[in-house]
Amino acid sequence: MVSVKLAAALAALLLAPGVASAQSPKPTDPQIAHIAYTAGQLDIAAAHLALQKSKNKDVVAFATDMERDHKAVNEQALALVKKLNVTPEDNDTSKALTKQAAEKRAELAKLSGAAFDKAYIDNEVAYHKTVNGALQNTLIPSATNPELKDLLTTGLKIFQGHEQHAEHVAAEFK
Amino acid sequence: MSRGALSRALGGLLLVLAAGPAPADVIQIRMEKLGFAPAEVSAHVGDTIEWVNVDFVAHTATARDGAWDVLIPAKATKSIVLKAEGVVDYYCKFHPNMTGRVAVTK
Repeated sequence: MVSVKLAAALAALLLAPGVASAQSPKPTDPQIAHIAYTAGQLDIAAAHLALQKSKNKDVVAFATDMERDHKAVNEQALALVKKLNVTPEDNDTSKALTKQAAEKRAELAKLSGAAFDKAYIDNEVAYHKTVNGALQNTLIPSATNPELKDLLTTGLKIFQGHEQHAEHVAAEFK
Repeated sequence: MSRGALSRALGGLLLVLAAGPAPADVIQIRMEKLGFAPAEVSAHVGDTIEWVNVDFVAHTATARDGAWDVLIPAKATKSIVLKAEGVVDYYCKFHPNMTGRVAVTK
């Protein structure tokens, strides 16, 4: 279960970073910006795979929404870091997210038809749950710049919408 | 009744007749930070509902009963004219955590 591993990796890195590494106990704004941007790019990559492989109209519509919304959020994020003169900083959480997502994409790429659709949408539910939990419990409370906090808070509401939307689509495949 | 009072009364009556039914209203609903504001509105048949999306992502106003389904791109405004009575619950297809209600009377 990649989603469980992902959750464990995020939990280890975000919830107890002092234990998991020698980093400061809270992620910094440049790290938070990097994590949030990376999480969005990874969901766009998953959406591209779904758009190549799926013929299910609800799955295609969902993937189209993910591509459009995460692109819009990340454009805002890029504009904000530029304005604030902040350089997003790569970190262990971003690396773990990227690694887990690459493994998941490789796993999904081997599937087709309804098996792909179900695995993709189930992972979207799990992925949004994990990232939303990290935003709510760690990234938003740790962010110090008010504009970054505000964008993350709006982002969380958008991604909570995605989580519900994914759950509705996933219900088709039960 | 004096002539003055009579003409004032007649004038008032004519004004009422000329006005006819209440003019249609335009009811504005903002879509901001993933919410409809106000979330609940009352309207009359013939009124216009105008959704103003100030968010940087697109939203929809999708009636659960299928009466209407409106796409409102980021930073755009779209409107519909209400054609039927009834209470319509609606939501955003892209972000189902956004919900609203329009109560339409004659």
